[in-house]
Amino acid sequence: MQLFSSLKMINLFKIKDQKKEESASAAGKAPVKKQSAGELRLNKDISELNLPKNTSISFPNGKDDLMSFEIVIRPDEGYYMSGSFGFTFQVSPSYPHEPPKVKCKTKVYHPNIDLEGNVCLNILREDWKPVLNINTVIYGLNLLFTQPNDEDPLNHEAAAVLRDNPKMFEANVRRAMAGGYVGQHYFPRCA
Amino acid sequence: MASPDAEAPPPTEPERWRDLDILLSRPGNLVHATFQPSPGLRDDIGSFVEVLVVGAGGLGCELLKDLALSGFKNLHVIDMDTIDVSNLNRQFLFRVQDVGKPKAEVAAKRVMERVSGVNIVPHFCRIEDKELEFYNQFQIIVLGLDSIEARSYINSVACGFLEYDSDDKPIPKTAKPMVDGGTEGFKGHARVIMPGTTPCFECNIWLFPPQVKFPLCTLAETPRTAAHCIEYAHLIKWDEVHTGKPFDADNAEHMQWIYSEALQRAELFGISGVTYSLTQGVVKNIIPAIASTNAIISAACALEALKLVSGCSKSVLNYLTYNGLVGTHIKVTEFVRDTDCLVCGPGTLIELDTSSTLSEFIKMLEKHPKLLMSKASVTHEGNNLYMQSPEVLEQMTRQNLSIPMFELLKGASFVTVHVSGMAESNGNKVSSLRKLRVLFKGVEEASKMDTTESS
Repeated sequence: MQLFSSLKMINLFKIKDQKKEESASAAGKAPVKKQSAGELRLNKDISELNLPKNTSISFPNGKDDLMSFEIVIRPDEGYYMSGSFGFTFQVSPSYPHEPPKVKCKTKVYHPNIDLEGNVCLNILREDWKPVLNINTVIYGLNLLFTQPNDEDPLNHEAAAVLRDNPKMFEANVRRAMAGGYVGQHYFPRCA
Repeated sequence: MASPDAEAPPPTEPERWRDLDILLSRPGNLVHATFQPSPGLRDDIGSFVEVLVVGAGGLGCELLKDLALSGFKNLHVIDMDTIDVSNLNRQFLFRVQDVGKPKAEVAAKRVMERVSGVNIVPHFCRIEDKELEFYNQFQIIVLGLDSIEARSYINSVACGFLEYDSDDKPIPKTAKPMVDGGTEGFKGHARVIMPGTTPCFECNIWLFPPQVKFPLCTLAETPRTAAHCIEYAHLIKWDEVHTGKPFDADNAEHMQWIYSEALQRAELFGISGVTYSLTQGVVKNIIPAIASTNAIISAACALEALKLVSGCSKSVLNYLTYNGLVGTHIKVTEFVRDTDCLVCGPGTLIELDTSSTLSEFIKMLEKHPKLLMSKASVTHEGNNLYMQSPEVLEQMTRQNLSIPMFELLKGASFVTVHVSGMAESNGNKVSSLRKLRVLFKGVEEASKMDTTESS
């Protein structure tokens, strides 16, 4: 296989002339934005989004920067029905090798979301695979609201209440969404 | 004890180059077909070849030294980092008094002091800060990096110079070769990437194992290892205590805070093994670097660079892996290209009239025999021309549909665009992302010359 015939020894002398030409023609060229393969893949994911009815999406940086965006989930069933929960997505150029970074912007009383907005969803960390996409993550987040689970707690107290006293958990969720205290923590209204 | 700098005087010039000159002036059976042995070959390499070394860390220090001692006289090195005391065990060009100084500058200076006649231009900046044209001045780009992201960037820049002819054959003089080295503890790789001929970095990116990430709930509830305690302090506790203040891994106070929090948590759960250096390792995802692995991999890379310019032997085809963990094992694997690669592949050549609108272009993709793509979204160098979904983006891009592509692409005669949509593959419609080379009919060749290089 000819790997480097363009630069074989005999052509070494040509390089010098070639370089002079290049430096002359390179002047005044507008810089071009390099688009990473990750960005292209993300664009594809976004253009193929099939959002659940209760989920909306927005792009604070406009149509040409999709690497950070926000979604709002309004659950239509379960404990969190009629609440409104915002999430921010940060996607790195290494996407989909790296999962998107997702944070919950709304303070929520939830066993799998802590008060700083960290989300315990397996596909966002240990089970992320490059074949997954933004749609999968959005469906996963929706599932957290219809099926909060006490087995992977990030908010320890909420998980214990859900496990031991579902009625009280339901009441706590209602109180938090209406804007009020659960234990020592105040939750702004989100319903 | 003698100071490490008080060494024997460097060898005299003829002595230093004796072996290299033998290699470059003798014919052989294993040489490249184009090899023309000559006693002047080393001088030619020194005079006419410019090489860029990306990274001035563990591999970068070795690479600069190896390349300088292989006859390369015009080198550039780019690195955004400053020297840390923990670098000194293996980044042998640096001394205690250099801590805090830019790696690129100190490394360049030290090699120039030791190898006469070598000129190394340092660039203390991010690789993204350089104009794309900066990278085009080099005949070879040698990579001594530690991240996938940085490799991916340089790869896309180098492959961006590649042009294809109308038969989808790469044009040799536009191919910018890369030699990529990488090490992780006792393991390493050296590979030669000739865009358009051998697989580029993106063709095989799926081969990288995913980074280990612990479930957040394990960190929060059931830590079992020292690393779990450190990640708890790093990912959960920091935000809890420092609302809104971002964690900075290069800030020693921040790292100290993480360390003491992790230590407390480890005590609480009866876990041992949290140390400051483990904390740094986990948070920065550092795998202990082995100096000799760097030396071996760098030597392989420098040799490949020399072979590429001189033809004195055949290039490695195309991926060398080294494992020094159990015995010593070196193997070369020939990886294959992804012909649909978005970065190095030719893409599909499409000819358009200057009057064709974006809407007509999208309709045309549905009928194009190589694509048969429906519902295409179109993007050009970070500019989303049309997005089928979601609704909010569709609305923002809808007005482009009636505008001629030639106008949307700013009057360039030859451009690369990317389209995604449902394309036919073996009779099934599958979601696809494709690269297209759009050529406008009847636009002057002169303007083509101006734009293809940067596309």
